[in-house]
Amino acid sequence: MSIDWQAFGLTVELALIVSAILLALGLPLACWIAFSHWRWKFFVEAVVALPIVLPPTVLGFYVLVALGSRSPLGRLWIARTGHTLAFTFTGLVIGSILYSLPFAVQPFAASFAAIDRKLIAASATLGASPLRTFFRVIVPLSVPGLVTGIVLTFAHTMGEFGVVLMVGGNIPGVTRTVSIDIYDQVQASNYAAAHETSLLLLVFCFAVLSVVYGLNRRPHRIGPVI
Amino acid sequence: MTSTLTVQLHKQFGQARDAFSLDLEFHAAPGFTILFGSSGAGKTSILDCVSGLLLPDAGHVAIDDWVLFDTSTSVNVPTAKRQIGYVFQDLALFPHLTVWENIEYGLSHLLRGQRRDRCASILDAFRVSGLGTRKISEVSGGERQRVALARTLVTDPAVLLLDEPLAALDAATKAKIISDLRSWNAAHGIPILYVTHSREEVFALGERVVAIEAGRIVSQGTPHEVLDAPRQETIAQLAGFENIFDATVESTNPDRGTMTCKLFAEGQNSVTFETPLIRAEVGTQLRVGIYAGDILLAIVPPVGLSARNVIEGNIVSLEQRDVVVSARVNCGVEMEVHFTLAARDALQLASGRQVWLVIKTHSCRLMQRQM
Repeated sequence: MSIDWQAFGLTVELALIVSAILLALGLPLACWIAFSHWRWKFFVEAVVALPIVLPPTVLGFYVLVALGSRSPLGRLWIARTGHTLAFTFTGLVIGSILYSLPFAVQPFAASFAAIDRKLIAASATLGASPLRTFFRVIVPLSVPGLVTGIVLTFAHTMGEFGVVLMVGGNIPGVTRTVSIDIYDQVQASNYAAAHETSLLLLVFCFAVLSVVYGLNRRPHRIGPVI
Repeated sequence: MTSTLTVQLHKQFGQARDAFSLDLEFHAAPGFTILFGSSGAGKTSILDCVSGLLLPDAGHVAIDDWVLFDTSTSVNVPTAKRQIGYVFQDLALFPHLTVWENIEYGLSHLLRGQRRDRCASILDAFRVSGLGTRKISEVSGGERQRVALARTLVTDPAVLLLDEPLAALDAATKAKIISDLRSWNAAHGIPILYVTHSREEVFALGERVVAIEAGRIVSQGTPHEVLDAPRQETIAQLAGFENIFDATVESTNPDRGTMTCKLFAEGQNSVTFETPLIRAEVGTQLRVGIYAGDILLAIVPPVGLSARNVIEGNIVSLEQRDVVVSARVNCGVEMEVHFTLAARDALQLASGRQVWLVIKTHSCRLMQRQM
């Protein structure tokens, strides 16, 4: 077998960590986007959507600069840990979070915005705090959107290439992911190995998406029952 | 325990041409206060402002001395802390929770045992005890209305807002729910603002009515005082009546709840009728509409009737329309009267026959004459 299982395991680990962090970060951010009346909100929405249209190399370049030893963040990190953020697994996680941000936040925000405002109003008139309303009404009624966002984030991180290459480089066991491995195999004219790994990634992603969408088939109705 | 809700609101909606503004002030004592008006009059916006869901531009909302909103002192108590129960028009029951979980929703501050007792007793009071474990989608329309009321009332609100909560129900179900609501409030005695556009509901609930048009209060008082002003006649209203006459108020009889009106039609004589009492002065010009099917015919002078109008006349013509007979009767003015073939045959009704028309006071619908 010429599949690089180490790279595969690393990729799954990266995707799981990024999905978990984006669930935690994405919920409040999406909630703010869905319910804020701030007039400049669209700027925030545009920033969140940027990774969809930017070439991964551009995003990766800026992340690299931001994490490097010349940026305040990079210097702070070096001062605390003794090594740079770039070309580490942590750096990869940070880059991937930015890269997959819209894939989590947009489905979250869309499903929050689709909830009947009357249900939220009803919760308030029944004495519930905004936090209780969020966890007892908004989140349960947004389960399909939350699942979609997390699955997209996971799949998107599994397959990312440009940002990883820019930020992480190609260090086996640290930053070498499946897509980098495939690229390397093709560069070395090792088509059989590239094929095996590609097929594995294809089947794995398809299986994950199928299971999740299959389980998610009968969602709650979002509106109030009349 | 008696508390009074004070509401004073000003709010501007939209700009320039589609601008609409809310500008009103009223007090609601314990018991029902009905906000009556056509759709778009601003009734729901009033409830939204009182509950804190909508922010007025200026105003004052208070329950006795407890100020919930006041622009001059910058007080704005958040909705969740106002203790105002609000049953929305579309109920807004939580679709992902069971009936029991919906009702328990507003009781999170209580211990589990207390929660259970409170829920059980309110389920009982609103006759939905058997539904606890069902999803909202699995209960009927009338039951949902009861669940929505129970969910709000279980929190022991200081004021209750009801936005046409019974609009979708049939009359019998509606009457039962209203009676349950009345008995609940007999024990609690809180102000209830009840929004409706239905005159029937106003009379069924009627303690005090505030009539609202285009964001302003046009009149307030008892249902009789507010609603029995003659209504502006419209093409649609006129279309339904076979008999429409010009009329002049001859005298008002407040002690009898009636008025005497003289009905007349062009080129005919006139006849005096007793009509429902409205706020009108002697000499007021009105129109009276009477459905042909609301008129009874007798061939001897009838006695011992509750109907106030028994009028002698002669049948001018008879005409069969499918299974209905339409007769024209001259009793000073010509009235169209409908009855069945069986009635015609049993009473041997024919042209020229002397008859007595029997018309209830409330079958005479009064309308404002268009100027």
